[in-house]
Amino acid sequence: MDQQHLIDYLPIFLMFLVAVGFVGLTMASTHLLGPKRKTKIKLDSFECGIEQKGNARVPFSIKYFLVAILFVLFDVEVIFMYPWAVLFKELGLAGFIEMVVFISLLLVGFFYIIKKGALKWE
Amino acid sequence: METVRLNDIKVSDKPEGLEGAGFFATSLEKAVGLARKNSIWPLPFATSCCGIEFMATMGAHYDLARFGSERLSFSPRQADLLMVMGTIAKKMGPVLRQVYEQMAEPRWVLSVGACASSGGIFDTYSVLQGIDRIIPVDVYVPGCPPRPEQIIDGIMKIQHLVETESLRRRESPEYKALLNSYGIE
Repeated sequence: MDQQHLIDYLPIFLMFLVAVGFVGLTMASTHLLGPKRKTKIKLDSFECGIEQKGNARVPFSIKYFLVAILFVLFDVEVIFMYPWAVLFKELGLAGFIEMVVFISLLLVGFFYIIKKGALKWE
Repeated sequence: METVRLNDIKVSDKPEGLEGAGFFATSLEKAVGLARKNSIWPLPFATSCCGIEFMATMGAHYDLARFGSERLSFSPRQADLLMVMGTIAKKMGPVLRQVYEQMAEPRWVLSVGACASSGGIFDTYSVLQGIDRIIPVDVYVPGCPPRPEQIIDGIMKIQHLVETESLRRRESPEYKALLNSYGIE
């Protein structure tokens, strides 16, 4: 690339410089010029006006995760049933048998998690 | 669809200043006032029927957006104007106060309706008899509930306060004394 070619990009470079400079300048000046009042209440996190209690970063039971994952799994199963229900007549007996196979496979899994006690909360 | 003509667009008048060929000079205070006045972000604190009137005010017919206030802020951090619309029960008092205290400076308060301004018809043990018992109020809008025109009038009064406020007011000892009289730091 020759020197003359690079010079052509100077206006674009200047435009970027002005854009970044404008953002930086306005942000800095609003922080410097704007009125401030830093009190303890103001610096507290906003909880819709209600006093905050405790910390949001508390450990919670892994059970939530397991139940959520199982919910997603069986939720997807129900989603598969919708197109089958719409095309129930067209798919006929073959579709019905395929669906029974699909559901029974999932049912095996369902009984497995129940036997394992995954849904037992206590 | 009706097309917007160029003449329909309202442009703010320039503030007082020194004008010459190719330049215009004014004080920073006036320029800041003009900018602030036309970009007030309200925080709606709607608790009852005045809130419904406020919804009408924000709707297409009354269109508060014409005043540069279409952007409602549901976080006090970015809000300029706290609009209290409706009955404030005494239990709600500390919540309102906390929201006010967490607003960024400079902040204004508009009390809409009889209940927010004075307790209204709810002259009972459980209702705060006017929000000015716990936070300073800049403009009161009377009515039960006020019509959107009245709310807009209140906003315009606020705009006037915003435009003419001195940049140093929030640092002044008078302002601090005012806040201290409400028990606010």
